[in-house]
Amino acid sequence: MDSKKTEKIAFFILFLATLLIILPVGLIVCIIIQKGFPAMTWQFLTDIPRQGMRAGGIFPAIIGTIYIVFGAILFALPIGLGAAIYLSEYTKEHFLNRLIKLSIVNLAGVPSVVYGLFGLAFFVIFFKFGASILSGSLTLGIMILPIIITASREALESVPTSFREVSYSLGASKWQTIRHIVLGNAIPGILTGTILGVGRAAGETAPILFTVAAFYLPQFPKSIFDQAMALPYHLYVISTQVPNVDEKIRYGTALVLLILVFFMNLVAIVIRYQFRKKKKW
Amino acid sequence: MVKIKIEHLNIWFDSFQVLKDINLEIYENEILSIIGPSNSGKTTFLRMLNRMNELENGFKVNGRVELDQKNIKMLDAQFLRKKVGMVFALPLPLPLTIFENVAYGARIHGEKKKKNLEKIVEQALKKAYLWEEVKDRLNTSAFKLSGGQQQRLCIARTLAVEPELILFDEPCSGLDPISTAKVEQAMLELKESYTIVLVTNNVKQAARVGDRTAFFLNGELIEIDKTAKMFTAPLDKRTDDYIRGKFG
Repeated sequence: MDSKKTEKIAFFILFLATLLIILPVGLIVCIIIQKGFPAMTWQFLTDIPRQGMRAGGIFPAIIGTIYIVFGAILFALPIGLGAAIYLSEYTKEHFLNRLIKLSIVNLAGVPSVVYGLFGLAFFVIFFKFGASILSGSLTLGIMILPIIITASREALESVPTSFREVSYSLGASKWQTIRHIVLGNAIPGILTGTILGVGRAAGETAPILFTVAAFYLPQFPKSIFDQAMALPYHLYVISTQVPNVDEKIRYGTALVLLILVFFMNLVAIVIRYQFRKKKKW
Repeated sequence: MVKIKIEHLNIWFDSFQVLKDINLEIYENEILSIIGPSNSGKTTFLRMLNRMNELENGFKVNGRVELDQKNIKMLDAQFLRKKVGMVFALPLPLPLTIFENVAYGARIHGEKKKKNLEKIVEQALKKAYLWEEVKDRLNTSAFKLSGGQQQRLCIARTLAVEPELILFDEPCSGLDPISTAKVEQAMLELKESYTIVLVTNNVKQAARVGDRTAFFLNGELIEIDKTAKMFTAPLDKRTDDYIRGKFG
């Protein structure tokens, strides 16, 4: 076969692979929009659930999810970034260090229900936080830590060594170099990790199942020690635990969750874009 | 006056010996050129003077390097690097504006007042012959400058820290002849107030700007002498061969 033919075949197969990924995703989004859109009323977004969650709105679940995800990021981003800086800048390459890096990567693959169980044992029972926003946020935070650490580390390590050398050669300390030169250039990558973390945290059901999520709680949390409803769990409840829930309410909830995650990502993407624009190389 | 005194300097990276028993002195306000083929240890020697080698893995050293009669091993590395500035082989602006590139060193050493920083930046850029070309666009990215301008910016950045010694590591290897001439002109001006060590692959450049020249080969210092003498009547045959381009 001549090279032009193989080129065409390769191109076609690669295109097909891409199509196979895009198609289902597009289909899912389309179906959710199509079936969920009729539920989108002002009342649905701002009212509490009524009639055993068969009517009314999902406002407490929206608020709950925002609180929990925000809390998780608040907890995981500083710690994850700190750990990433330590691992990539302050440790030398040796056996223990490699083992730590490997474990962090592997932690990202631990099933989320395991994190849920850990959160239950550690935060809810051992620290006596009870089932609360605090417990849920910490649990989700721990779950997304590996994502944030791995992405941040890669971002830090992708900043050219030459920049660091220049900074050292001018008499800067390691920390000055990190703060002024490395960190600024790593922010887009760190935000990418955070975006992934947010998406993951907002959509997970298992880790919040035992640690925060309320089956039905038609009021807003007053403090971080209160339980809260959350969208993914609410979706699970109205889809499997409550009979005769109108289809549009279920898809409406899914759509709101989708939009929420998309919106959170959008904020991070805009911030990242601003930093990229400022990037000088 | 002797600015730097090096005695029995040996350097290894892992088990490979890069420099072998180097002994030499560098005088105040001179330009010492260091020539020699690749892998002869020139850059390692240069990076010894501001202790940049120790940032790398597997680095081992013995011997003594003195700056103003003080063993540099005993000095704080940041303090030493403030005194001994370095210009790298490739123009390496930091990902900042032109102004911030030059102000960076002064900032990290504690200068906060905008007025003072402006003065420092202007003076440094003037000394590096760059001020006229960039004075109207100090707040644009340093990456918008041409290669030659970037290298002069790097010189200005080094000057802004007010070093006593400046190390040039093949500063013109990526530049065209005109940019090279400008950098050389800057170096000749600078030796009035600084001591300069210039590592270069370009033998002619050593002849043009060096007061003295040292020839390194395979980690050994073969010969060091006044540039004029070195280029007319070298003592060692290998020096002669290298200068004439018989190997390299």
